[in-house]
Amino acid sequence: MRFAGDSGDGMQLAGGRFTDATATIGNDLATLPNFPAEIRAPAGTLAGVSSFQIHFAARDIVTPGDTPNVLVAMNPAALRANVGELERGATIIANEDAFTTRNLQKAGYESNPLDDGSLKGFVVHRIPMNTLTQRAVEGMPEVTSRDALRAKNLFALGLLSWLYDRPTAVTEAWLQKRFAGRAAPLEANLAAFRAGWSFGETTELIDVQVRVPAARDMEPGTYRTVNGTTATALGLVAASVRSGLQLVFASYPITPASELLHELARHRAAGVRTIQAEDEIAAAGMALGAAFGGALGVTATSGPGMDLKAETVGLAVMLELPMIIIDVQRAGPSTGMPTKTEQSDLLMALYGRHGESPLPIVCACTPAQCFDAALEAARIAVRYRTPVILLSDLFLANSSEPWRIPDVSLVPDIDPDIATPNGSEPFEPYARNEDGARPWALPGTPGLAHRIGGIEKSQPGGGISYEPANHQRMTDQRRERIAGIEVPPLELDADVDAELLVLGWGSSWGTLRAAVRRLRQAGHPIAHAQFHNLNPLPPNTGEVLERFERVLVAEMNDGQLVRVLRAEFGREIQSYAVTQGRPLLAAEMEREMLERL
Amino acid sequence: MVSATTYTKADFQAPVETRWCPGCGDYAILAAMQAFLPELGIEPERTVFISGIGCAGRFAYYMNTYGMHGIHGRAPALATGLAAACPDLSVWVVSGDGDALSIGGNHLIHALRRDVPIKILLFNNRIYGLTKGQASPTSELGKVTKSSPFGTVDAPFNPVALALGAGATFVARTLDTDKHHLPAMLRAAAAHPGAALIEIYQNCPVFNDGAFDAQTDKRTHDDNVIALEHGLPVRFGAERERGVIRDSDGDLRIVAVEEVGEEHLLVHDATRQDPSLAFALSHLGEGDGGATPIGIFRQAPHERHPADELAAELRAAHASFGERQLQALLHAGDTWTVGA
Repeated sequence: MRFAGDSGDGMQLAGGRFTDATATIGNDLATLPNFPAEIRAPAGTLAGVSSFQIHFAARDIVTPGDTPNVLVAMNPAALRANVGELERGATIIANEDAFTTRNLQKAGYESNPLDDGSLKGFVVHRIPMNTLTQRAVEGMPEVTSRDALRAKNLFALGLLSWLYDRPTAVTEAWLQKRFAGRAAPLEANLAAFRAGWSFGETTELIDVQVRVPAARDMEPGTYRTVNGTTATALGLVAASVRSGLQLVFASYPITPASELLHELARHRAAGVRTIQAEDEIAAAGMALGAAFGGALGVTATSGPGMDLKAETVGLAVMLELPMIIIDVQRAGPSTGMPTKTEQSDLLMALYGRHGESPLPIVCACTPAQCFDAALEAARIAVRYRTPVILLSDLFLANSSEPWRIPDVSLVPDIDPDIATPNGSEPFEPYARNEDGARPWALPGTPGLAHRIGGIEKSQPGGGISYEPANHQRMTDQRRERIAGIEVPPLELDADVDAELLVLGWGSSWGTLRAAVRRLRQAGHPIAHAQFHNLNPLPPNTGEVLERFERVLVAEMNDGQLVRVLRAEFGREIQSYAVTQGRPLLAAEMEREMLERL
Repeated sequence: MVSATTYTKADFQAPVETRWCPGCGDYAILAAMQAFLPELGIEPERTVFISGIGCAGRFAYYMNTYGMHGIHGRAPALATGLAAACPDLSVWVVSGDGDALSIGGNHLIHALRRDVPIKILLFNNRIYGLTKGQASPTSELGKVTKSSPFGTVDAPFNPVALALGAGATFVARTLDTDKHHLPAMLRAAAAHPGAALIEIYQNCPVFNDGAFDAQTDKRTHDDNVIALEHGLPVRFGAERERGVIRDSDGDLRIVAVEEVGEEHLLVHDATRQDPSLAFALSHLGEGDGGATPIGIFRQAPHERHPADELAAELRAAHASFGERQLQALLHAGDTWTVGA
């Protein structure tokens, strides 16, 4: 189902509350928030439409769904912006009060779609939500009509909560907390929510209540709902605990990565130091400076912020210090579409620095898996003394799903292996261990004082060196150290007689898996694998590719991973690459795969 | 924390060859720094030099402490991160006029605004040296350089005024070759709990030789330099015959002391909360008949820096946040259990 309204209508809030209530009854779920970059685009226009989609089920699900079965349209623009994505037979719940002549004009309707028959083929319920919300707060002297109008999203939420039998206590408790000490808005919102619920229960307009029982095929354990932002933040805190390194997180506000700063700024109890830097460059510099001092230095950004950090990332490559750069990818180039998702920073992450500057890249494949990806980035950074780019994206950052909370004692330690004074031996900052990594000697340690910097260093002494053979040796060592990073093998999900292998990376995992499932159900053999590590690639990548007649790489860019794989393995690989600012759809991938079977 | 060990200048000299041009002012500053640091009693390993790019950037390699030669203009950002992670270190930033005021201007003003506990040395030679002689953001208007063969058309920055404008709590100016004044400024900066900026007039013998002769040459020094002393009337000259007064309109003016009487001279107060008088003083050297004030323009009194307290608090929090606390954090909010 999808809530859609004006960006000031509180659709994200309604969706978020519906998600929490859904999680507590044990449904599996996936969400897809979608909103404009403008905070308050002109009211009632198509540009201002904000929506929140949630897919939930009593079975394991992997995507937020392609097309909603139920659309809540709070105004004509919301209807117009979303109706094209509905299949025939879908239910539309429209806020009738908002379908005024003025609003219809703003949305570009010449006649009222609720009356003109254009919605034939859908089940349309017209509900005067403004009126009913106003009526619900009548007799509450403190509540202004503005409060009442603002609460209409809670009316919609109440109605949908009834329709899908969501527990009300979760939402009511949340409202009590959110509006603690502010009686009027609390009363208005509670009244609107209850009115929506009662409206569903008593009216004959909607006569079927749908019950979705708890998902049965979820692994046993304790769950909570997380989006990718929260999972990333928790993964970083876990990495800090597991490594014993204090987390220093520096970033500059940018959509959508800022959410990570907000989230981590709350974790002072865990010793997390957050710094809102003066710019993207400084944020990277602060993270690297903190790493020099022995902290887990992390910076995060999106879009153009990545361009600005490149110089500092290059310095980190040269210094061989652990550092994590989180790129919550969004549609580019330039400002692009700041609130729309994309996977178009892979080649930049790989090659977007001057000089030969290899570094490891990991990516997250689901919102909850951002936790593991953050830990993996920290493990690689610390063990191999290198900056690591963690590629997430806007879809992962904002989308929610249930997360089976891991047992912390089973999360492996990250050994920072900090250098200790070695007696009278002169300290060699560029001596290398069996991983090719150099010692991490922290300021304050007697006997290990040394100077590092962006100028090429001699190995192992660490002095400035312009010697040709030394530069070659250092280039080789930097390349080999990164190429030699231990990463898990590519997991292959293949039918025995499959001829087509579908490859993806990052957030397309759910969509590709859903499409593969559908094809299997239809009796087509197929294979799927998803990359979590993009540099180095999993050791068995070549082997996996060789096993299949045809290989298709699907990604949300103009064909980036496919170029890497073609170059690396010199074989024919097909590409399905789209840049529409949205996640791939299961139906679209099913079609593409079917064509190539 | 003062160590029981006594250090010497040699303890701070890195065992590498120093490679500035002969006669470069950087040598004098390096020697002064290496000679001064032992008196702080801070171990070399708890001292860190972070530098940017340019001739001054090499400074970090020559100190036998921890050091990082960073990237152009970014040293204050690198140092801010280090200071956040390690509040018990003595962190120095070494920068030049191009590094600090051009490519790194944003980082400089924000480090000062934040009052990060770092000491910033700004070697000002009014020229780009390492890139071989282009105009810098402190080059005087009309200066002919390789990149401005017809003279510069851009007005220069006054680094002291810029730092004061950014809210710096400690701002000083000194001369590379002044063997007494330079260490005194280093001493005062080291004792300041927040961010400290010292502008050091530094001669570049190759690309801008003699830029500060008026201030550094013994024959002209007394007439061109106003040594500011906290709590004393502002006066200078071979016979201390000139001084500074504040006119009725608030402007500062250089006068002959005997014409106005010493009691009317401005008494320098570096601890004033309002930096406007310090700002006015910083402009005295400009224009004909001016003289260049050196010394501490502003030393806003504050005791312990709040950022230090935050760093200490977070460090303690980190130390006590273990597996159990992490487990609780992961389980925060609404959870549900799926049975086996």
